[in-house]
Amino acid sequence: MNSSMILSITTFVYAFASVLYIGAWTFKKEFMARMGFFVLVTGFTGNTVGIILRWIESYQMGYGHAPFSNMYESLVFFSWTVAILYLFVELKYQERIIGVFATPLIFLAIAYASLSPSIGDKITPLIPALKSNWLIAHVITCFLGYAGFAVAFGFSIMYLVKPAGPSTSKLMSRLPSLEVMDELNHQMVMFGFLFLTIGIITGSVWANSAWGTYWSWDPKETWSLITWFVYAILLHLRMMRGWHGKRIAWVSIVGFMAVLFTYFGVNLLPGLHSYA
Amino acid sequence: MVKHESRQRPENQVWKFFTSVKLTVVVLLMLASTSIIGTLIPQNGSQAFYIQKYGEVFYNLFNRLNFFDMYSAWWFLLLLGILALNIIICSLDKLSLVWKIIFPAEVIFHIHHFRKMKNRQSCEIDLSVDGLREKYRGFLEKNIGSVTEQKTDEGIALFAEKGRWTRLGVYVVHLSILLLLAGALIGALWGFKGFVTIPEGETTNVITNRENEGTIDLDFSIRCNDFTVSFYDTGQPEEFKSSLTIIDNGKELFTRDVIVNDPLRFRGISLYQSSYGTASAKNIVLSMTSLESGMSYSIKADFGKSLNLPESGGTFVLERFARHYNFRGHDLGEGFAGRVTGEGQKEIEVFIPVKFPTFDKMRRGRFAFEISEFEKTYYTGLQVTKDPGVWYVYTGFVFMIIGCWITFFMSHQRFCVDLQQKNEGSSKVIISGTSNRNSQGMKIKIQRLAKKMSKL
Ligand code: HEM
Repeated sequence: MNSSMILSITTFVYAFASVLYIGAWTFKKEFMARMGFFVLVTGFTGNTVGIILRWIESYQMGYGHAPFSNMYESLVFFSWTVAILYLFVELKYQERIIGVFATPLIFLAIAYASLSPSIGDKITPLIPALKSNWLIAHVITCFLGYAGFAVAFGFSIMYLVKPAGPSTSKLMSRLPSLEVMDELNHQMVMFGFLFLTIGIITGSVWANSAWGTYWSWDPKETWSLITWFVYAILLHLRMMRGWHGKRIAWVSIVGFMAVLFTYFGVNLLPGLHSYA
Repeated sequence: MVKHESRQRPENQVWKFFTSVKLTVVVLLMLASTSIIGTLIPQNGSQAFYIQKYGEVFYNLFNRLNFFDMYSAWWFLLLLGILALNIIICSLDKLSLVWKIIFPAEVIFHIHHFRKMKNRQSCEIDLSVDGLREKYRGFLEKNIGSVTEQKTDEGIALFAEKGRWTRLGVYVVHLSILLLLAGALIGALWGFKGFVTIPEGETTNVITNRENEGTIDLDFSIRCNDFTVSFYDTGQPEEFKSSLTIIDNGKELFTRDVIVNDPLRFRGISLYQSSYGTASAKNIVLSMTSLESGMSYSIKADFGKSLNLPESGGTFVLERFARHYNFRGHDLGEGFAGRVTGEGQKEIEVFIPVKFPTFDKMRRGRFAFEISEFEKTYYTGLQVTKDPGVWYVYTGFVFMIIGCWITFFMSHQRFCVDLQQKNEGSSKVIISGTSNRNSQGMKIKIQRLAKKMSKL
């Protein structure tokens, strides 16, 4: 049993969890959501074991680095962070059904890692510049930030598909109140903003220890800053211009598009970062 | 935060302009959207590259708009300047008001505010108001903060609050941005980014400025004693290491190994391991095969020293090590260049590529030269930077994280326990509360408090 295999199985467990959450919402069945929660916890456990095992394997191969060093590993870790954040929110706010749009993201990320032919799951050694504890802190915090924005994105979509006023369809009435979703969206954006901030900061401290400049405007850096600006705009619109609900949900979606571009799109542009 | 009228300063439109959050949003939007340009157009390339890529017309247009070095273009810096002014003036404008909220002469609670709140939990308990008062007072003091009591028509209300100071968090965030910008400015004005390559065994104090290709003299010298590179079994480099000695006025101060991610810092200047290459060679053994006799000979060779060839073949001088040897338009890569002078003949230049050791046979000279043994010597490439602004930036980083943490996860929370006497020995308890953020979290918190308090 190696890490890749465990992670492949995890992919299917996550798929099952998403199906259950979507089912719970579609068929209005509370027990499906409850099952979904437990399946999600199972998937999350597998995900955790997979990551730890991969770390151990890298030491056995003599490279010895944290498993956050290529696209495959970063996607697996992305799933992990979204899963843990979502589980935390569900437990804290006691809202079951809100996983409808968040759990598919968990599944999609890890499925893309496992199935895309262009993403190799080989463990490779690190080039010298990438050997730094700052880099580990950088990757972990950036991904916590991305996870916050991903969950916020899920909630925003939910907000937009739920019609205002007394619900006509039963399906929609299963969603939590608009007020709660708006608040949750905001909580997740703040969580994401804090961690993206720490992520950018640790990245720049690392760059300063590796090449003597804390900021060099490379495309990945710039795009993470653009993302950060978008969410800073969101916070100000909400605090000072009183934006709420739909409009904030749209800004949150735009922000998540910027996250996706920072993550995937930048690889199409010239630059230093080979992945995440 | 409490809503308030911004102070009337109609005489000063400029001031008003810079206090507005609308301006903040517009400037951030402009920063975000213009930043995209620099990720699409490679920055700081050569003119030839741009003309080839975009054509003459667009080259001129982009060049005029500073798109090739946009992050230091005047209009980009102007946007950052406006942002800084916006933060400063907006904060100054609000500070006195915010100060009064954060450090009030007296904390006042209004029971009618709390009675109108949506966040309310109530229960009935078989105890008199006076009996409950002591218990709840202790509970609130332990869990929230100091308690204020007020008599009401129906009984007694207990108030408690915490986290008033957390309203300062936002100002910490904004201050941190000013620190970042100040640090960047200081670095740009009084710092430099340079580069130096030092072959093993050599010493220098002159570096190249990366911004203008000029040179900078350091007030100390750097000697590279040794450079080593190790590889993984996949052939990827594992580690680069330079042993450097810092020399001041001819005196050796100290020697240290510098590896990637672990720079050497001295007198405000940092030396980073950044690249390496082959500088030259040592312990070279030159072999030659005589065309006439077929005999082979080997001699130790040093650069610049003339060697007498066997069979009275004249002299050979090993001249230099070349990183790229150009042979009729082809780059033969690394190799050794030398000169042969046969007796009474003209000098001939000989080249011996590392990759093609038998290359010299094709010349069909009296001897075919070959390098049979040698060791490479390296040069180390060091990034040399001075940035006196970096500590402002790092302080800004710390402030920003702390400020965001306070702003996002802490709040100013106020609670009210409204004790109302019902009939003999029973009371109604209403617990309500408000917070300046996270109302959902507050709702849950009130529910938890109510549960605990009903069981006390
Ligand atoms: C990159 C620049 C900026 C960043 C990262 C930033 C960040 C923040 C953050 C994190 C908050 C807290 C939002 C919340 O409570 O959810 C905030 C609030 C605020 N910001 Fe900024 N800010 C920036 C620039 C500015 C500027 C230029 C102004 C000037 C008008 C400004 C004015 C405000 C105000 C008035 C608040 C609300 C404070 C309150 O609660 O009363 N911000 N900002």
